[in-house]
Amino acid sequence: MLSNRKILIGNMDGRFNLRLQLRHIIISIVLAIMALILAIFVLGLGTLPLSFADTLSALSGRADPRIAMIVLDWRLPRIILALILGAALGMSGAIFQSLIRNPLGSPDIIGFNTGAYTGVLVTIVLFHGDNVTITLGALGGGLATAIMVYVLSWRQGIQGFRLIMIGIAVSAMLTAFNMWLMITGSLETVMSAALWGAGSLNGMTWTKAVPSAIACMVGMFFCLGLARRVRMMEMGDDMAGALGLPVGSTRLWLMVVGVMLVAAATAATGPIVFIALAAPQIAQRLCRTRSMTLVASACTGALLLLGADAVAQHVFSPFSLPVGIVTVSIGGLYMLWLLIRDAS
Amino acid sequence: MKSTRLIWLVVGLVALVAIFIGSLGIGAKSLPLQVVIDSLLGRDTGPDGTIILQSRLPRALIGLFGGAALGISGALMQTLTRNPLADPGIVGVNAGAGLAVTLGFAFAGISQPHVLFAYSFAGALTTALLVHLISIKGVAKPDPVRFILAGLAVGAMMSGVSSGIALLQPAVFNRMRFWMAGSLDVGDLTLVLAAIPIICVGCIIAFVLARPLNALEMGDDMAASLGTNPLKTQTATLLTVALLSGTVTAVAGPIGFVGLMIPYIARWVVGPDLRWMLPFSFLYAPILLLCSDIAGRLIVAGELRVSIVTAFIGAPVLILLARGNSTARTALQ
Repeated sequence: MLSNRKILIGNMDGRFNLRLQLRHIIISIVLAIMALILAIFVLGLGTLPLSFADTLSALSGRADPRIAMIVLDWRLPRIILALILGAALGMSGAIFQSLIRNPLGSPDIIGFNTGAYTGVLVTIVLFHGDNVTITLGALGGGLATAIMVYVLSWRQGIQGFRLIMIGIAVSAMLTAFNMWLMITGSLETVMSAALWGAGSLNGMTWTKAVPSAIACMVGMFFCLGLARRVRMMEMGDDMAGALGLPVGSTRLWLMVVGVMLVAAATAATGPIVFIALAAPQIAQRLCRTRSMTLVASACTGALLLLGADAVAQHVFSPFSLPVGIVTVSIGGLYMLWLLIRDAS
Repeated sequence: MKSTRLIWLVVGLVALVAIFIGSLGIGAKSLPLQVVIDSLLGRDTGPDGTIILQSRLPRALIGLFGGAALGISGALMQTLTRNPLADPGIVGVNAGAGLAVTLGFAFAGISQPHVLFAYSFAGALTTALLVHLISIKGVAKPDPVRFILAGLAVGAMMSGVSSGIALLQPAVFNRMRFWMAGSLDVGDLTLVLAAIPIICVGCIIAFVLARPLNALEMGDDMAASLGTNPLKTQTATLLTVALLSGTVTAVAGPIGFVGLMIPYIARWVVGPDLRWMLPFSFLYAPILLLCSDIAGRLIVAGELRVSIVTAFIGAPVLILLARGNSTARTALQ
């Protein structure tokens, strides 16, 4: 009943209009509110536990300056970044799963994360780089790999299965190369690379967070502009072409924006796996739709990453684990639960 | 068609024998054929004989039998799941063995090769069984997609837990990074001799399973009317895959890509009939593995581990196949 109701913003025949399904909107709003409440709750966690009210007053600038510093300067950048990156990863996953028409399709199908890890290992192990060069290495490695896979797959157009195969082959080679770097470097350098490679929000500051956050917001804005094209592409290349969509260039643009989102996220935290895989699948089931829902996927991704990061940071204290390890474990459990539930 | 297939098998057999002998002779110290034969027959008890019997023979043997095991289990997996992207690792053997070994390193302080073998073997088989049980829970007949998803999920969780443990303990991390890069240089003949009978049994079961699996590929109903029970066949196949690939992982560590690529090419060269795919994979997978191992010895002074070299030799072939002519593309899809 809920899912059938639609809202139309603007004129049906006009140049700009927006057709929305009520269920999507409600689910997205509920998810966003849940993420916000979780964020305020997590802001209160740490060596100095704060109550919900304390956190709120710190956010509104009415608290003790020391508490305000803890909340606004130490804890807030991490939380904000978790929300934005989670949303970016969720949205990018939705784009790729829709493009490849496969629930196992993720931005990493074109080898971005593996290539980024190679870039980081090279900068750390061979050149002993600092934070800035490591970020540049990650971006350079990831983008070079994505371009290489795309170019190698090009043969009078891009075809889904060929892209997957070549992505697997290139990733296998890079993984082997990474493994070689892992066993040749000294333990200390390799371990710092591995910590980066696991994806972590530890030690996030405003200066580190802001560039990535801005890049992700811009990318997501572009994505929303392409949302209608995503839906049309899901009808198949022929149908989309018949409806007047330039299929080839749309696919390229979607990939560029999808990779841009992952790149911005990876630069800040290292590769965080599984959000891009799981968030669109969860959102799809919550919205009871067969097509990919960009906004709901983004909200789910934000909630997932924030939750996983809270677990990574606080559950195993005094240790704080890289969040990527928690997302893999939680995502795996979730997938098993889905499988078992689907059977009965 | 049949004669072409036979030629492929004969060529494979000859090449395999030559490469096996080559892998005994080639290395940091290259030894002539006569010395190799003498030391195998026990007539050369000098330092050369020791090199061959204690270092190169275990290595060549695990390359031969381990390669065959990986090829066979890959062919079984791809046929069972009807998915050319299914790797034997998808049953969870590598992730399970990895978790068991990490736990052993972190909490039991294991170091002896045979204890390592036991941990890794137990971890591999338990995980494969777990994946299988999850995939068949509550369903009337086995579903390949469910199986792949269950394998992915269990594997992801286990590797997440093991890297979590390793990242908190540098000593464990240090040992894991070497374990993760599988190598044929096991240096322990008794371990290899223990693995060979298990692999042989697994291969025999695989050949027995070829006919029911062929029937299964025609669809479950068709298979049932031919007297094949889908559930029993899936269970037997998965256990065989787990036994074969789990043994290899336990001896040499995880070695990827061989079990994915060779059966893939086999399907292209000899067709989808398992009775031909299995012998092809049995011969050509060890060829790839032994060649990669030899190349790893020659390329750099300190030796490259075989799991690193296989991808560098295999991946370009896969890229060429995926980009190649229409025959190759049909075979790939």
